[in-house]
Amino acid sequence: MSDVPEFFIRFWPQLLQGAGITLLLTVQGLAAGLVLGLLSALARVYGNKFWRGLAVGYVELFRGTPLLVQLFLIYYGLPGIGITLSREWSAFLALGLNSGAYQAEYLRGSILAIGEGQMMAGRAIGMSKWRAIWEIILPQALRLAIPAWANEPVSLLKSTAIVFLIAVPELMAVGKTIAARTYNPIGAYMTVALVYLAIVYLLDAFLKWAEVRVKIPGFEAEGRKA
Amino acid sequence: MDSPILQVKNLTKIYGQNVIFENISLDVNRGETIVIIGPSGTGKSTLLRCINLLTPANSGQIFLNGQEITAPESNEDKVRQQVGMVFQNFLLFNHLTALDNVMVGLSKVKKMPKARAREKALYELNRVGLSDRADHYPGQLSGGQQQRVGIARALAMDPSVMLFDEPTSALDPELIGEVLGVMETLAREHMTMLVVTHEMGFAREVANRIVFMEKGSIVEQGKPDDLFYRPQHERTREFLWKISELYGKKEEKA
Amino acid sequence: MFGNFFSYILQGVSITIAVTLVALPAGLVLGLGLALLNTYGGPWLKRLSAGYSLLMRGVPPVVLLFILYFILSGNVVNLTPFWAGSISLGIISSAYQMEILRGALLSISGGQMTAARAIGMSRIQAIRYIILPQALRIAIPPWSNEASIVLKDSSLVYALGVPEILRRAQQLSATNQQPLLAFGAAALIYFVLVFLVNRGLDALAEKTKLPTQAA
Repeated sequence: MSDVPEFFIRFWPQLLQGAGITLLLTVQGLAAGLVLGLLSALARVYGNKFWRGLAVGYVELFRGTPLLVQLFLIYYGLPGIGITLSREWSAFLALGLNSGAYQAEYLRGSILAIGEGQMMAGRAIGMSKWRAIWEIILPQALRLAIPAWANEPVSLLKSTAIVFLIAVPELMAVGKTIAARTYNPIGAYMTVALVYLAIVYLLDAFLKWAEVRVKIPGFEAEGRKA
Repeated sequence: MDSPILQVKNLTKIYGQNVIFENISLDVNRGETIVIIGPSGTGKSTLLRCINLLTPANSGQIFLNGQEITAPESNEDKVRQQVGMVFQNFLLFNHLTALDNVMVGLSKVKKMPKARAREKALYELNRVGLSDRADHYPGQLSGGQQQRVGIARALAMDPSVMLFDEPTSALDPELIGEVLGVMETLAREHMTMLVVTHEMGFAREVANRIVFMEKGSIVEQGKPDDLFYRPQHERTREFLWKISELYGKKEEKA
Repeated sequence: MFGNFFSYILQGVSITIAVTLVALPAGLVLGLGLALLNTYGGPWLKRLSAGYSLLMRGVPPVVLLFILYFILSGNVVNLTPFWAGSISLGIISSAYQMEILRGALLSISGGQMTAARAIGMSRIQAIRYIILPQALRIAIPPWSNEASIVLKDSSLVYALGVPEILRRAQQLSATNQQPLLAFGAAALIYFVLVFLVNRGLDALAEKTKLPTQAA
């Protein structure tokens, strides 16, 4: 435990690099998850039976099973039917699909909260359904979702630690390396834990700042039903 | 007549920069019904909460049955067994039936055996006219019914004094009567009661003494007829005139 | 052959369930204690419990799992991977459960405490007979979310060598060259377990709901 400061001094380049990969994985996963989540939410609210079913299946599957299992399924399982992905792509896919399923629920909730009235008003001035979604519903829904959604980046960041199990060289993997080199697993992982805490703290602060900047005056988190 | 059952002596309550009330002294005799009236925010509710020690006063003393309850060594929980309180928002225990609400104090605080507690609880519920709702939950009762259960809950502890903190202010108009009716019955049975309320009809008909409080002190007190027809102070006259305008019209219609 | 295969993985189910059944209650007891300290304790207890929560929720569970595992299976205390892993998961979960229970406690209005004290209950009696029964009811929906998270996180003890569902799937895929089947089966089994837990807890929430319509 007392070795922690020493580990920081000795291994800071590796820790920095690992943290970088962790952040990269987070951002990538978040972006992919946002796209998937949005498509899935739209499919469930506005799509026909087929698309709705697909979306529900996706969400239920990826929220109803552990991320680790999803990761192994992609990395170890797919080669069984001839699809072999690199560890980086496997991690990206697993994290993205997983995050997308959770984001789908936040977004679906906020799209529903915007209410039918807004859609009606859009169609009443001649907009097509998809134009109305793009111009009227989404801008409001995305902002409404922010408070709940703000949990997702931190949650995803913490999830990325799992991918060390398929040897992606992110922060936790660096911890494993330090543990092996110093024969001090507790010290090594505590060092890594502290780096995670620092990143989470910074991410959290960033999100709070971003939330304030995007606010619409008078538009409460409760939203309005038209 | 022996000494007053409740004595408040020079009680002061300050909250931050605000003086809520200052040097309040009040004697309540056994069997008396005292109604405290006055403009909102004059510390009437706070006074009640100081009397049952829910809120600590800054200075002064309170004596209940001759014992000083504001003394440092006094056991607050035990004191509250002797002072019953009825709240504006009823504050029934939502997870308990009406019967259990009345019983919980008996079985958990007074450690009464279950059968006896049940019997007493049913007796009190009957007293407020709700024995047929014993197994209903607060969520299934109207406001007036909830408040009556609240009264039964307080009565079950056999308190020396009952405090009523604006008991009908949160009720729909048509439900006020049933609660005031219960309170009137209690008064006639010589329960010692201290009531904060805006219900002037009740004050006039039922109170033995009315206390007019304003800006943190007692302006005047006396028998209802004295206060309403021969008020000594200008402020008392003004306040009662304003109120009676409202309530006088209500009475004419009744 | 398929039967053997499936049954081998299914044996992992009892281990997975066992891990969850150790971790979840451990987290509940610890989390409830912390929530009570945070809601009703003095300033120092508030700060300490809040700090614990921030710390334990700001670090990935797998990192905490490794730290706690090495501590619990080391020199001072020597537990098997199953126990070290399960208890560690419980400790991790306690921080999240603390937040859930804290929210539930705070949402029971102060009026309930006031009313309880007004009939002479001590603070502890009030918490025990009036506040907690209501708070625990309110906490069931978010708590059932946490329960399914703990069930899913039990897969992390794979990394400690505990023979739960995932590890068995992996062993199987190594021996019979059918990785998609093995991991697919694991996913399916987890899916069913999570589904059952959610259903069960939904039913519990329904059963303990307080009636609001006049009978």
